[in-house]
Amino acid sequence: MKAAILVFPGINRERDMARALRLVSGHEPAMVWHAETSLPAGTDLVVVPGGFSYGDYLRCGAIAARAPVMDAVRDYAAKGGLVLGVCNGFQILCESGLLPGVLMRNARLKFICKDVHLRVERSDTPFTRGYNAGQVIRVPVAHGEGNYEADEETIKRIEGEGRVLYRYCSADGVVDESHNINGAAHSIAGLVNDKGNVLGMMPHPENHVEDIMGCTDGRGLFAGLTAHLEKAA
Amino acid sequence: MKARVTVTLKAGILDPQGKAIEGALKSLGVDGVASVRQGKVFDIELAGADKAKAEAALKDAADKLLANTVIENYRVELL
Repeated sequence: MKAAILVFPGINRERDMARALRLVSGHEPAMVWHAETSLPAGTDLVVVPGGFSYGDYLRCGAIAARAPVMDAVRDYAAKGGLVLGVCNGFQILCESGLLPGVLMRNARLKFICKDVHLRVERSDTPFTRGYNAGQVIRVPVAHGEGNYEADEETIKRIEGEGRVLYRYCSADGVVDESHNINGAAHSIAGLVNDKGNVLGMMPHPENHVEDIMGCTDGRGLFAGLTAHLEKAA
Repeated sequence: MKARVTVTLKAGILDPQGKAIEGALKSLGVDGVASVRQGKVFDIELAGADKAKAEAALKDAADKLLANTVIENYRVELL
């Protein structure tokens, strides 16, 4: 794995992400500054980490989405390269047009910082092959704008194509409005683009990868990506 | 030249902030508030005096950055 983690001013989860990738894949990721116009040669995973890029000014992720490095990421993604965006990274991917829809203010207006349960909807993707379909994992969320919305037609297409990979649910995997923490359409916590190579998700799998964190449910995502890339190499 | 770009949420997009403000206005006893939608206003100063060019530049700015046209509409005014 040759991962590249994008760094924007105001991002604060890039070190957690680097630590998780190093731990699970055994490879050191490159940190790539937002003003760069290209990605390191041989990059096979781009990660847009969480935080508060540009202080969430204008709209969450709006300014970072227009940074020079994002043109390189768009080219890379168009060629099928894997991109993972977490939290603010998900917002940046939506604002940059790499994912459809938008992340609105949480339905009950509160910043939510707690562990949540996610149902893994399918296991046949690079982003979920470390899990079983239907498996429930526990990972933390920390966001004020995670309420995923898109127009009806887009949601219908996303669902029809099986592009929702993670959904908010109860501890035993029940998806309903009482476990839809932020009011997202169809309890969507993470989805992929039409080609399936770009994932955006609000929860932070990188924060549940070591025993000392109290849970290691997030490892599966990184283990799956590592296995996918090693098989491809 | 001075200009103003107003960005508002499209109809049908849930606006929890507007709803909270609406609730606060009602609890303050402000009469006759039916609903509130929150938006953004950008006051922009432009170099040059060509109105057509200015309008084109402002539209470009709104499409590229100021508004997310998935959920927002915008209006450009030269003042």
